[in-house]
Amino acid sequence: MAADKQPQRKKIEATGQMMKIMSDYFYDLNDAAKSDERKVAWCTSVGPAELLRAMGFAVHFPENHAAMLGATRMATELIPEANTIGYSPDICSYLTADIGAYLKGSSPLAKAYPGIEGPPKPDVLVYNTNQCRDVQDWFSWYAKELDVPCIGITSPKNFTDVSEILIDDVTRQIEALIPTLEEVSGKKLDPQKLRETVALSRECTELWRQVLETAAATPAPLTFFDGTIHMGPAVVLRGTQQAVDYYQQLLAELQQRIADQVAAVDGEKHRIYWEGMPVWGRLRQHSELFSELQASVLVSTYCSSWVFPDFDAEQPIRSMAKAYLGLFIVRSDAYKEEYIKQMLKKFQIDGIIYHDAKTCPCNSNSRYGMPQRLEEETGIPSLVISGDLNDLRCVSDEQTRTNVEAFIEQLEEK
Amino acid sequence: MTETVYVGLDMGASRTKVAVIDHQGRLLGHAVKKSGIDFGATAALCLDASLEMAGVTRSQIGDAVATGYGRNNVDFVTEKNKTEIGCHARGCHQQFSGAITIIDIGGQDNKLIKLDERGRRSSFKMNRKCAAGTGAFLEEMSSRLDIPLEEMNNLARQATEMIKLGSYCTVFSATEVLENIRHGKPVADIIRGIFYSMIQRVLEMDSLTDKVVLSGGVVAHNPYLVEMTEELIGRPVLLPEFPQLTGAYGAALYALDGTKT
Repeated sequence: MAADKQPQRKKIEATGQMMKIMSDYFYDLNDAAKSDERKVAWCTSVGPAELLRAMGFAVHFPENHAAMLGATRMATELIPEANTIGYSPDICSYLTADIGAYLKGSSPLAKAYPGIEGPPKPDVLVYNTNQCRDVQDWFSWYAKELDVPCIGITSPKNFTDVSEILIDDVTRQIEALIPTLEEVSGKKLDPQKLRETVALSRECTELWRQVLETAAATPAPLTFFDGTIHMGPAVVLRGTQQAVDYYQQLLAELQQRIADQVAAVDGEKHRIYWEGMPVWGRLRQHSELFSELQASVLVSTYCSSWVFPDFDAEQPIRSMAKAYLGLFIVRSDAYKEEYIKQMLKKFQIDGIIYHDAKTCPCNSNSRYGMPQRLEEETGIPSLVISGDLNDLRCVSDEQTRTNVEAFIEQLEEK
Repeated sequence: MTETVYVGLDMGASRTKVAVIDHQGRLLGHAVKKSGIDFGATAALCLDASLEMAGVTRSQIGDAVATGYGRNNVDFVTEKNKTEIGCHARGCHQQFSGAITIIDIGGQDNKLIKLDERGRRSSFKMNRKCAAGTGAFLEEMSSRLDIPLEEMNNLARQATEMIKLGSYCTVFSATEVLENIRHGKPVADIIRGIFYSMIQRVLEMDSLTDKVVLSGGVVAHNPYLVEMTEELIGRPVLLPEFPQLTGAYGAALYALDGTKT
């Protein structure tokens, strides 16, 4: 399919503010790691960040660092470093890229932020296996390497309903983290501070939901590719006022775009749902590929995973448990399919793209017949593309292009 | 002669194909050459050869469409292009009516394309980033056995038994082949096993409709694969007159379609 004109990439004005608060966040982390008073916790992206923040920890998210390694295309060179010490190329390429970066003394933070050498040295590592087992393996390696405590939540998995029994379980597991965290931080947990943090997290994710739902407008004012960039504060700064302020600004800009009928993709003809991880090292290429075809990839499971409607300041720990259990990735296919069906309807989707990420089985929902079941139920066609989140050795650009172009041709024949 | 013709170029990873058709979609000329490293030169050679066969000149080209792996990378008489999936579908629909499943076995990839009664694509699958079941697999095995590619088909026919290969990895399969040679197994039986492995890899990509069409260069040059497919699926398959030209023919039809809208 010939590209008649170069796609226009519309810059979101709020990006500058996002860069600033992300920069402030990384410098603050760096300062915390150097200070004697402040403590640093590493946390998985849907781990108990609210608890850590309320206890005064500066919180680093290794998944965020790994995504940066992917987006800067440093990952593929670093993954083999972890492979050589026994971490297979078939396991999570966030894990292998991040550990590889540590072994090589390399970090995108050092390139982007003068004065920062790399991720902050942790005082404690806190995981939640609601995403996968790999996060526990990942943190365990650092625990041994850096001789710091590693604690976490072993999450139930593959359930359809978030039952009270499951919430009881995870609530107790979160409570069990507190003594160790108090010992490391040297401070008692302040319940009021925790309530405030949970309230801010709730506000942040509610705004993030509203931001993502602007894409229900026709034409959509933002794409999945924009979302992967602008979700940064929702991941690393939830529970803070900065994140809340930022999403208010972003939301206002997107609402203005809707009022002005500004499309993220000029001449939007096809509305696409993205299921699975982004290919971080190909964000720009994929964004341009779809734009050329007048296809707007406007909503995704991935970006929507940082919407936690269950946070409740009145029941901070129990609502944290409920929120972490509500995560898409940890649920059964029955739940996931119902969720996707609602999204297809809400966003008026014409086609679904499943990214089968070689090293991320938990985020690859095309392996147990879901595309076929959903297609049969909804009549909405789907395409599975093979790739990976970080390891570009698993990505074939030519195959991706041909598959996507053929898929859009198929939609045009409908 | 002033007849207007329509041209399809299929710039494949292994071979370049050109088809020239008239306003009724009849094939007038065609050419196939190894793609090599200079795609532009190969495309031009194929174009001139097929125009000559059709008895026309470049000035008579009404329109043209390019497809295939190199469709975006070659200077040709057109900037219009379509995916090979679309072109194989278009080419097959022209020749076979009703709902069909097209199995295209190419040099670098396989496609399994389903068309509805009206020739619209309802789904398609391409092989994963892996050579299993592609022409590249056959080329690798031919090289390992030191048997020219063109002799593989006849040798497979001569087999009395079949040595099945257990792996879908080309490298592991090559090791299995060498192991069987070391054990003194007849080469013909091994080659039949190689063919069987190729077809199995393709058939496991998706379910099939009743009517199945085989296309692509690999079946064009290895008719034994067609027989084996029929045996495996338990019914006859349909074969275009020029299986290797299906993509180029479909592209030419798209060029013709474009002039009618």
